[in-house]
Amino acid sequence: MERMPKWADVMLTPLISLILAFAISALVILAIGESPAEALKVMVEGALGSSYGWGFTLYYTTNFIFTGLAVMVAYHAGLFNIGGEGQAAIGGLGVALVLLALPWPHWALALPAAAVGAALFGALWALIPAWLQARRGSHIVITTIMFNFIAAALLNYVLVNLLRPVGSMDPASASFPASTHLPKLSEMALGFGIEWGRNTPANVTFFVAVAACLLVWLLIWRTRLGYEIRAFGKSEPAALYAGISPVRITVSAMLISGGLAGLMAINNVMGEAERLMLNAVEGAGFIGIAVALMGRNHPFGVFLAALLFGFLYQGGGELALWTTIPRELIVVIQALVILFTGALDNMVRMPLERLFKALRRKGA
Amino acid sequence: MDFATALQILDSAIRLMTPLLMACLAGLYSERAGVFDIGLEGKMLMAAFTSASVAYATGSAWLGLLAGIAGSGAMAGLHGLASISFRGNQLISGVAINFLASGLTVLLGQRIFGLGGRTPSLSGAARFNEITLPFADSLRPVPVIGRIYADLISGHTILVYVAFAMVPLTWWVLYRTRFGLRLRAVGENPASVDTAGISVTRLRFAAVMICGVLCGVAGAYLATGISAGFVKEMTAGRGFIALAALIFAKWRPWSALGATFLFGLLEAVANRFPNLDLGVVTVPSMFMNALPYILTVIILAGFVGRAIPPRAGGEPYVKER
Repeated sequence: MERMPKWADVMLTPLISLILAFAISALVILAIGESPAEALKVMVEGALGSSYGWGFTLYYTTNFIFTGLAVMVAYHAGLFNIGGEGQAAIGGLGVALVLLALPWPHWALALPAAAVGAALFGALWALIPAWLQARRGSHIVITTIMFNFIAAALLNYVLVNLLRPVGSMDPASASFPASTHLPKLSEMALGFGIEWGRNTPANVTFFVAVAACLLVWLLIWRTRLGYEIRAFGKSEPAALYAGISPVRITVSAMLISGGLAGLMAINNVMGEAERLMLNAVEGAGFIGIAVALMGRNHPFGVFLAALLFGFLYQGGGELALWTTIPRELIVVIQALVILFTGALDNMVRMPLERLFKALRRKGA
Repeated sequence: MDFATALQILDSAIRLMTPLLMACLAGLYSERAGVFDIGLEGKMLMAAFTSASVAYATGSAWLGLLAGIAGSGAMAGLHGLASISFRGNQLISGVAINFLASGLTVLLGQRIFGLGGRTPSLSGAARFNEITLPFADSLRPVPVIGRIYADLISGHTILVYVAFAMVPLTWWVLYRTRFGLRLRAVGENPASVDTAGISVTRLRFAAVMICGVLCGVAGAYLATGISAGFVKEMTAGRGFIALAALIFAKWRPWSALGATFLFGLLEAVANRFPNLDLGVVTVPSMFMNALPYILTVIILAGFVGRAIPPRAGGEPYVKER
């Protein structure tokens, strides 16, 4: 079959899918009797119109970069990791245990330690489904969904029965010591004498997330393991023939994926709440699916998609605040993005392929 | 535990298992035809919302039921379009449907009723009310059996009986009709069905739409039978428990009855005894709630019997040219 040029495959198809998703979102807004233009204006102003808005947008972006990268790495190995939610939640437990266990003198020491805890716990939570898929053939999608629920129950138990400080009614851990509080981006800006993003939760983790994008790019396209992951994802029989062990690749890819999802906890648990609470992940694990799909499974794409979803998330909050449109509008937009860029990919691709074929014939 | 408590727990187990059973059988049709469906949750949620809204507007639970089927059917059509017509990824499509339902129900609910996504509470004919079976009251004095008949078997809404009747019906359709044979074949080896001159697309669409109808009934039962109206996220993971039950049942109708009863019973016991005291240890409620998921993982891992899904499940069928 005739193929499209690469730029059309990488840029044009997702762009058209995205436009379709947003067009239908606009129709949904119209259908509930609001003006899409007005809604867009509120969202843009609320999310990007001030340094306050940007502070929140970047905070959400940080979350979505981690979960997006997590879904992406697994996807390259042909694995669909729906367990980001659970892995990030358990990553939060890792952060809390690390930060509450030792008297950390300074955040610069606490951050790497907490990151290790977060990644380790997230990776461990992904290890079990990975091992079950590789060794026992249980479907990773189903097991990771089940592990999301098990993680929620486990965390609920740990918070209520083990980590809750004496006398507190909240199912939450004690607050982390002040010495472990991460510097906010606004404080860092003030250090340069710039008034930026006051009272927003965006913190130094944003830079960790950007670094993670770079490292994941290096891993997938510049290392042997990355090559093996991609080869395995493209064709399992071919990988097997080339001497790549399916068990090793499945387990490594999921460990990295779970670790990345777990790392999200340093942003929301350590950087924002500064204690572990129930439902700290707030669905970011699921948004990672949309982010990875929209970012075409490339770290740079994931970064851009995370930024867009950060904008949508913050803008959606502003919508709920200033208009009668509920916050759930972003869930609908998220669903449409997943639907069009993921499941209905061929709906856009097939006519495009036909179009390019016709053009080529005319040109020849 | 005395007899009356046991009866109460069993009664509540039957109520709680009904939506699971319907959704589980729904998934059974779809997955037996080779279309994975992790969107059961979203379909049920959509149906719960549309049925509650229409039941409130018309005052008729039956019209609500039809609306529920329509709402869930629309989602099923979308799933069919994405995963059959356009050969998209069935899992991604299912995820999208769950989100779509979760967002749309609140968005529309807030727009129509302005109650933060809830529908106004239903009463009277807008709900499916409990049916007292014949002789229930006169048989009650009979020891043991009378109580079981009057308190356990009698006194449910019509949808509960429909759900139970669906089990033998599904068995009959799948194993005793030509349609059922073809449906199972299309989930195992679509190419052979295609060679026999039968449309894979049409068969799979039929299965996906049956799935939509059954999820519609399950959702309508949630909103108009078990509770009185729609509440945001009211399915609360039941679609995933139904999926778990389907794996537990190894994609077989009678086993689906057993699996959903087990999960219904677990939920009923957890509701009744938040911290279950077994004498030696106290089981926390969180563990009881997570038990269906844990059991499913164990079954999937093949530690207790192997669960082998339909062979062509999850793969779009591409006709050879």
